[in-house]
Amino acid sequence: MTARSLQSGAPARERAATPSTWSRIWQNDAPGYLFLLPWLIGFIGLTVGPMVTSLYLSFTDFDLLTSPDWVGADNYIRMFTNDAKFWTSMRVTMFFVIFSVPLKLAFALAVAMLLNRGIRGLPLYRALFYLPSLLGASVAIAILWRQIFAGDGLVNKLLLLVGIEGPSWISNPQYSLWTLIVLSIWQFGSPMIIFLAGLRQIPTDMYEAASLDGASKWRQFVKITLPLLTPVVFFNAIIQTIEAFKSFTPAFIISGGTGNPINSTLFYTLYLYQEAFAFFRMGYASALAWVLLAVVGVFTAFSFFTSKYWVHYDE
Amino acid sequence: MSTNIELSRIVKAYGDVSVIHGIDLTINPGEFTVFVGPSGCGKSTLLRMIAGLEPITGGDLLIDGERMNDVPAARRGIAMVFQSYALYPHMSVYQNLAFGLETAKMPKAEIAERVAKAAEILKIEPLLTRKPKQLSGGQRQRVAIGRAIVREPRIFLFDEPLSNLDAELRVQMRVEIAKLHNDLGNTMIYVTHDQVEAMTMADKIVVLRAGVIEQVGAPLDLYNNPKNLFVAGFIGSPKMNFLTASATDTTLNVAGGSLTLDRPVTGATTLGVRPEHITLTPGSGAKLADVRVDLVENLGGQTVVYATTTDNQPINIVLEGQSPVTLGENVAAHIDPARLHLFNADGDAI
Repeated sequence: MTARSLQSGAPARERAATPSTWSRIWQNDAPGYLFLLPWLIGFIGLTVGPMVTSLYLSFTDFDLLTSPDWVGADNYIRMFTNDAKFWTSMRVTMFFVIFSVPLKLAFALAVAMLLNRGIRGLPLYRALFYLPSLLGASVAIAILWRQIFAGDGLVNKLLLLVGIEGPSWISNPQYSLWTLIVLSIWQFGSPMIIFLAGLRQIPTDMYEAASLDGASKWRQFVKITLPLLTPVVFFNAIIQTIEAFKSFTPAFIISGGTGNPINSTLFYTLYLYQEAFAFFRMGYASALAWVLLAVVGVFTAFSFFTSKYWVHYDE
Repeated sequence: MSTNIELSRIVKAYGDVSVIHGIDLTINPGEFTVFVGPSGCGKSTLLRMIAGLEPITGGDLLIDGERMNDVPAARRGIAMVFQSYALYPHMSVYQNLAFGLETAKMPKAEIAERVAKAAEILKIEPLLTRKPKQLSGGQRQRVAIGRAIVREPRIFLFDEPLSNLDAELRVQMRVEIAKLHNDLGNTMIYVTHDQVEAMTMADKIVVLRAGVIEQVGAPLDLYNNPKNLFVAGFIGSPKMNFLTASATDTTLNVAGGSLTLDRPVTGATTLGVRPEHITLTPGSGAKLADVRVDLVENLGGQTVVYATTTDNQPINIVLEGQSPVTLGENVAAHIDPARLHLFNADGDAI
């Protein structure tokens, strides 16, 4: 029987004999869903499930030991009206994001530009510079960092060689957050690799045309490299900002989980951790997590909205 | 206004690998010179050395008598149109045209005036606010040329500027560039691997192969009097036919027959004859060979015949108009002996 006869004039008996839509979909798509299953289980079990639970818990008072008590929006109201530590942690995190992201991106771009000059042994340098990104967020590096920046650490010993008596970078609230910012900049490898790939995409003849026009290296950088790199800058900025908002381990290790001195390293995530696992206020911690998600979401949406004014896509 | 360029023993090497082997060339003021040759012959490298984009390894480059080897690209008074157009994708057409002038810190009013003038010459006024991605290939090409014009350079350099365009547009732009040269009168150097472009546009053609100049001359000079087998085969479309030959005094043995010429041609090992110089009409010139027709292409205005001689050498024939030639037919090919080209074992014309 041809497809045409089935479509048009097939008797009802024959049509009834054809498989139902659902079973046909199942037959056609089952292998696809089967392959998808491991991820789907993980996504629902480890991402969607906890998210929905945490959203529910954010409207409750929950200490892990007794059942959650529904408190409505109390957690959110308290956060914005009656929690100085919330504002402190938000301010510390914002400061960290505002300074660490641009500095890290600028440093990553500078190194990428150096590596883009066709130097010998490029793969080796690329791997070496990427190494801190792999190690950077680890506990071991944070501990090492704490040693290096301690009052009698390596940094101060080096400074002493040139006659400068350095402060205790970690225990002085004036410098402690900057130490974390420097640690974050040190992990420039990932955006650097992406910048390097972006730089390689810019056709050489654009620079040649500019040099024939008499454009200096700086003008070429400002007028050609940066604008053509904006899609990559945009991508790196979004990713690094989200990472910065989520930053936890270095502050936790360096401040010993306290966010001290004088809450100067009390990252938002650290405060959230304290509320959840030190004070067992799971409901409140969940509300904090949702506010962080909202802040990151608003920032990302704002970035996408403004991108049409400053990100140049070739095609 | 027009500028003279002098290349003297110009050499280019990358490490131990030499790619340009001592080129001597004079380009007269206002001349449209085309560098032509197969891929890798060094024509683009030579152009880039003149532009200042490649350091010159040896020899002298003189522009209007001034040695330019160490003068930066921007100070040579040169504008270049790139194969890829090299337009800045994030800038409008106006900004692309104005970029060089802004770099030179020219007053805004003068920039506007120059851009408007270039836009008028190239008929791109309606495109000035657009971005390159909103333009067709031909329009981008015009903008690229416009960017060169606004700077009012001494010399224009073109690096295969038409190779990204389709055939029809290529012909159109070819005409426009030739007109532009007539209007502006600047010295222009144009690189191409397309000998048709070279023949139609050039005042002077420089044929390059493997980093050396094979021949320099006017297009018809190269067509009529190629110095060697390479130039003979490179210039002209379809390609010149080459038949193995042997000669004793004035007799030339070729394709199983013999031709008697009016001069001694001892030493000739190859006979060259252009497809358009062969006829199948008995009585027109001397008989060259009997050939078997393998394929016929009727183009309307021309008939292209692909044939084989009795000693199995391929030979192409271009006949004017629509000739009634049939596949598999044996015909006699005739030539005007004055239009024969003979080459010795070294490939040099004799």
